[in-house]
Amino acid sequence: MREITYLEAVREAMSQEMRKNENVFILGEDIGVYGGAFGVTRGMIEEFGAERVRNTPISESAIAGAAVGSALTGMRPILELQFSDFITIAMDQLVNQAAKLRYMYGGKGTVPMVLRTPAGSGTGAAAQHSQSLEAWMTHIPGLKVLQPSTAYDAKGLLKAAIDDDNPVIFYEHKLLYKTKGDVPEEEYSIPIGKADIKRQGNDVTIIATSLMVKKALEAAAELEKEGIDVEVVDPRTLVPLDEETIIESVKKTGRVVIVHEAVKRGGFGGEIASVISESEAFDYLDSPIKRLGGLPIPIPYNPNLEKATVPQVDNIIDSIKEAVRFK
Amino acid sequence: MYKTLNLPAHIDTGKLIELYKQMWLIRYFDEKVDQFFAKGMIHGTTHLCVGQEASAAGSIAALQKEDKITSTHRGHGHCIAKGAETNRMMAELFGRETGYCKGKGGSMHIADLEKGNLGANGIVGGGIPLAVGAGLTSKMKQEGYVVLSFFGDGASNEGSFHESVNLASIWKLPVVFICENNQYGMSGPVKEMVNVDNIAERAPAYGIPGEVVDGNDVIEIINTVYDAVENARAGNGPSLIEVKTYRWKGHSKSDAKKYRTREEEMTWREKDAIKQFKDLLIKEQIFTEDTAEKLRTEAKQEIEDAVAFAENSPEPAIGTLLEDVYA
Repeated sequence: MREITYLEAVREAMSQEMRKNENVFILGEDIGVYGGAFGVTRGMIEEFGAERVRNTPISESAIAGAAVGSALTGMRPILELQFSDFITIAMDQLVNQAAKLRYMYGGKGTVPMVLRTPAGSGTGAAAQHSQSLEAWMTHIPGLKVLQPSTAYDAKGLLKAAIDDDNPVIFYEHKLLYKTKGDVPEEEYSIPIGKADIKRQGNDVTIIATSLMVKKALEAAAELEKEGIDVEVVDPRTLVPLDEETIIESVKKTGRVVIVHEAVKRGGFGGEIASVISESEAFDYLDSPIKRLGGLPIPIPYNPNLEKATVPQVDNIIDSIKEAVRFK
Repeated sequence: MYKTLNLPAHIDTGKLIELYKQMWLIRYFDEKVDQFFAKGMIHGTTHLCVGQEASAAGSIAALQKEDKITSTHRGHGHCIAKGAETNRMMAELFGRETGYCKGKGGSMHIADLEKGNLGANGIVGGGIPLAVGAGLTSKMKQEGYVVLSFFGDGASNEGSFHESVNLASIWKLPVVFICENNQYGMSGPVKEMVNVDNIAERAPAYGIPGEVVDGNDVIEIINTVYDAVENARAGNGPSLIEVKTYRWKGHSKSDAKKYRTREEEMTWREKDAIKQFKDLLIKEQIFTEDTAEKLRTEAKQEIEDAVAFAENSPEPAIGTLLEDVYA
């Protein structure tokens, strides 16, 4: 199969949807001739024109609101927020408007919009351009929250997000943009709310999100040499969460490590841990549920400090060994 | 005859008579809500637009049926003027299943999408970006409708206002921004919160026309808004209209109005828009004093009927609690 990057997969999903449905359009800062801060929309303005690849002023509140308002009246906007940190500036429109309109209008109206945004650290951009704020979004009823970890998932999930009649927050990871994977050229869609077992194993389940899936797979490959058989589960969508796949995996292995890049305190790992403890999988646990996440500090600038702030492959390996050793 | 008023062609005598009754409907609706609050029969909070009837009725009279509005937390008047049924509105305030939002939205969230009312909004300035989005849909799909975005003097200091006007201006969207300057943002006098005499003076900063109108003169409101709406419909972009008005009541139910004087209130009450409009219609021989009285009584009765409808409507079933969070 053809290999393309995660970034190209995102672009291909948007382009295919835009060719199919004239109501789909993109808006965001510098997405036109510039091609977006990370180059995701590069070349799209040439094919679709400035009406549908709509360059905006630096006005996160207004452009988020324009996405909500246009979605409410029949369009299917894809809003690119240059960095996920800027979600803070668009918060009213996402939290108080997009997420709630349908419910507070008594089931009238839909808001079929996608907010795509690059998250995560590792680029040396420091505290205001490196955050992982997904747990915040999962707390808001009415939003769906996606975190694809591979090029294949990025394309399939983005197409599902564009087709969805609800506001969807689609987190891309900056360090995944250049990763390559098998991606079919033809159209396909991955159902929102279906986890993926990225690696089968029997000794321990690692539940990882976004970039941490890649790191967890690297850790698993290392541990295989030592005879530890790791299963890697990627929820892919945090809201709705595929609890069943998580619970079944934990029942199989009896041990679980949860890893995400976002700050551990109040992070989504706590939610996953609770789902497991509240389920029948609790009875199958042979070791305490272990969570790995970012330190509770703003992301520092210095590369060594930055790296030490969020989980790395070695940390994951250590945590898995600890879980496996527990008697 | 009334032709001397130079009104738009679609405002015939029938429409003027209807408008007169509509202004009474708005007043009686909110007077009734006020009474029920005092009796504890309506809970939560509500924001009454008694005294501002001409702004809602006049602005919306300038529209065509297919045009849309976004409203504010003081939105009952806009809702009635856009054609909502008063019984379903009252039922919503009573939290009943037959209400516009099935009892889940309340006073601040009534929407009537079929009639082009994209909703009241509990967030100051929250609806302005939504109007821009709806205007964007109109332009992209060439639907021809115009969006009136109502907001208050308080909202004119929110970032969402400035970002939205700028965005609508650069994209030449069919949006007319109507600032209902009722002199107070909650307890904050506009004189202390804005360092210009007229909020409409902000328009030139965005390269759009700005007009100030007398909020007690329904004819002036119709004509000014009509010109702005038709200008927008012709593809010339947005305008800002400031309606100088006054809310006779407090900000919400808990307001003792310590920030203003009885004398000030009386000055505005003497300029009552409904009375002025009645005198004009009699002078123009559009109706007689008897007809005016009959229309007023009919409006009063309609609101009484709305109350009866609301009181006799069932409470929403607890089983509906989880419905409509997602489409």
